[in-house]
Amino acid sequence: MWKYISRRLIQLLPVLFGVSVLVFFGMHLIPGDVVLVLLGEKASAAELERLRHQLGLDQPVYIQYLRFVADALRGDFGVSIRTRQPVIWEIQQALPVTIELSLAALVFAVILGITIGVISARRPHSALDTGAMVFVLIGVSMPVFWTGILLLLVFGGILGWLPLGGILDTSLTIRRITGMPILDAVLQGNWPAVRSSTAHLILPAVTLGSVLMATIARMARSTMLDVLNLDYVRTARAKGVAEGGVVGRHALWNALLPVVTLIGLHLGLLLSGAVLTETIFALPGLGRLTITSVLARDYPVVQGVVVIGAVIFVVANLAVDVLYAWLDPRIRYS
Amino acid sequence: MRRWPFVGVVLAVTVIAAAFVFGAVERLGAQAPKTLVIAIGADQTGLDPQTVQNNESGFIMATIYDSIVNYKPGSSEVGPGLAESWTISPDGKVYTFKIRKGVKFHDGTPMNARTIAEDVDRAINPNNPCYVFNRKVDTYDDFTFGSVKAGNVVKVDVPEEYTLRFTLPEPNAPFLSSIAMVWQGIVSPAATKQYNCDAGQHPVGTGPYKFVEAVRNDHVTLEANPDYWGGKPKIDRIVFRIMPESATRMLALERNEVQILADVPPADYERVTKNSALKLYTQPGLTILGVAMSNELGPFKDKRVRQAMNYAVDKEAINKGLYAGATTASQGMPPVLWGYNKSVQPYPFDVNKAKALLKDAGYPNGLSADMMVSANPRGYNPIGGAKLGEAVQSYLAKAGVTVKITQYEWGAYLARLRREPWEGFAISGWSGDNGDPDNFLGDMFEWDTVNNKARTNNNARHHNPEYDKLILDGRRTSDQAKRAQIYEKANAVLHDDAPWIFMNHTNHVRATRANVKGFQLNPLQMFFHMELVSLE
Repeated sequence: MWKYISRRLIQLLPVLFGVSVLVFFGMHLIPGDVVLVLLGEKASAAELERLRHQLGLDQPVYIQYLRFVADALRGDFGVSIRTRQPVIWEIQQALPVTIELSLAALVFAVILGITIGVISARRPHSALDTGAMVFVLIGVSMPVFWTGILLLLVFGGILGWLPLGGILDTSLTIRRITGMPILDAVLQGNWPAVRSSTAHLILPAVTLGSVLMATIARMARSTMLDVLNLDYVRTARAKGVAEGGVVGRHALWNALLPVVTLIGLHLGLLLSGAVLTETIFALPGLGRLTITSVLARDYPVVQGVVVIGAVIFVVANLAVDVLYAWLDPRIRYS
Repeated sequence: MRRWPFVGVVLAVTVIAAAFVFGAVERLGAQAPKTLVIAIGADQTGLDPQTVQNNESGFIMATIYDSIVNYKPGSSEVGPGLAESWTISPDGKVYTFKIRKGVKFHDGTPMNARTIAEDVDRAINPNNPCYVFNRKVDTYDDFTFGSVKAGNVVKVDVPEEYTLRFTLPEPNAPFLSSIAMVWQGIVSPAATKQYNCDAGQHPVGTGPYKFVEAVRNDHVTLEANPDYWGGKPKIDRIVFRIMPESATRMLALERNEVQILADVPPADYERVTKNSALKLYTQPGLTILGVAMSNELGPFKDKRVRQAMNYAVDKEAINKGLYAGATTASQGMPPVLWGYNKSVQPYPFDVNKAKALLKDAGYPNGLSADMMVSANPRGYNPIGGAKLGEAVQSYLAKAGVTVKITQYEWGAYLARLRREPWEGFAISGWSGDNGDPDNFLGDMFEWDTVNNKARTNNNARHHNPEYDKLILDGRRTSDQAKRAQIYEKANAVLHDDAPWIFMNHTNHVRATRANVKGFQLNPLQMFFHMELVSLE
């Protein structure tokens, strides 16, 4: 297994090389003068020259690229043009929020998705099943920004049950430890903050997880239906195992394998969905950092975010593959 | 065991329901009574005035800092700030400020002429270890104090503890407006030292509110400065909450989670005005948008042709249709600026007049011309230039003018505007910096007579010696009332010259809860004088 993992890690290198080339040369494909674009119509000639020098744009392109790679390997993506803070600091502020959001979305999607899938499979073509599948179809068809705004309008606006975005009520504060609001609040034993940050996370997590939830539900339903018709399930029933045991112990674990694959495939969707979700719910995460930097043409931050995002994506996929092989002994590490 | 899936459902439902309840409980105990929450669309990028130049940073800094002089409430006219009064020498070069006594920075450092001079030194002295231009920043310091490189920087000295003196290389009356800008707020020199020249995340000023904390992309919290020289603020805490999505901001205002919106999209105006718990504030902004014409090339050399273009376009219809009523028609100068000539009206829509003028100028069959546009949205044109170009094109067609539009990426567009002797039309605009008329009439329409070329942002290459003399006089006159008269004249000349098709000014719009009292819009669009605002 370790051999497999290390080989997969080595495969990471060409991927990252490709990403670095794309990201770096993207900046050079902008029509017109980059510094003029950055500084706008009021810039004086001296200001343009100063920024060109600061960005190293007065150097030959290959030198700029080598410098970029050398710095990036040390975790130094330069300084944000917008905020003048180190890019890596900006990412450190944002990443934990996105991780917490993605995990919450994942938990929501898995629990609700599998539950719906299993219930539907138990009584296929019943009214319950049809209803659940319609619900799921809606979930899978709604674009994230639409789901988000709708949930916000209903639960935040009309019913007023949940807060309208942000990570914490304005009357509360938490000290930053990990950067994940709920975890930090728990670590400090600040229960009002735990409640508030949890309440703030519900709508974004549901929004971000809804597509994955629906996909999981459909997948769980169909694999469960297949599995429930297999011989060993009939055997289990024949030897008198209670129905709950048949479904929960014998059938479910086997039906879960494709779901794991599905989660792996959808990790990218969670990351890109975070851009929209975090914007709608005003969460200070990586998605927001990305969109803000793109709009402000803050190249160093965009470069940093894309590289870090690619690393996260590849590593998470690797983790899913390993998990998959571990869950199903029939799959070899090859 | 038998019912485990239902256990799962029940569990999930319980968790979600519990959280709903928590959320509801949270809401009941939410707002401390005297907290004002202001929703802004993006985070600040730093709070050291000399080293930033974006709106969000400015919004927040306007509550933390005072400048040597401050804008009067609701106006771009200059009034007392850290200086109680000032005198200007007859030659217009020496500005002497009487500094207020008994004022302290939020960190306890006493404020006097020396501490101000020490802070200004960062902007004008290359040997200062904290010299701003060595610190990779966006800055207005050149703009205000002149450039060391160009050898036209101001000198500052402190003849007495409470007297501050600036000596300018040339008479430059807009200097006073420039030092009132939020970008020239005075920072405690002790803080600058303590944070190694970068107090941007630990701002210390003298203003009505003190900095408490900033959480990246989430919020900035400030608390009242009870010793503020301008009177104790009426609200205990101000929180700037960063909410990028305008629909979310609107809901938050309706639910009283937020009391002021810094921006309101036109689609929501009615939602605010129809809700008695809310209030909409609106006035023309300190911006201008138009279509520049090549004043020295092609048919547009003739003033009558340029005027014809102005008559041919229905600005009101474009303002309603394209800008959803969020703009005000322009006569060449923003109406919120002092020096605006009230007797000059925007060119009315009159196709026949346009045709007659074209005929007079020798184009009885109309003419054809190129137009450059860029789709990039700007503060002075939120919908981008391409859409405006198409609308203008269809109006001009009715007057017999055929327009060929070419769209450029923003960078390429700027490069063409600046470097090439383009002919025809080009979408142009400007957002004001210091609220001085010179910042519009001079920067955008003046001919640099010394170097005999258009000033950098005089895109239309407008050149009229009478106008240029007025602008120069305005800069050399110290008395504000006299300056206002000069600019009123210049405004009339500019309107008649019609170097652009003057389109509109983007309205400055904010929404508040109705119980927010004492709030006023300011042409500079910053949150100045928040000490006067209360919650009832």
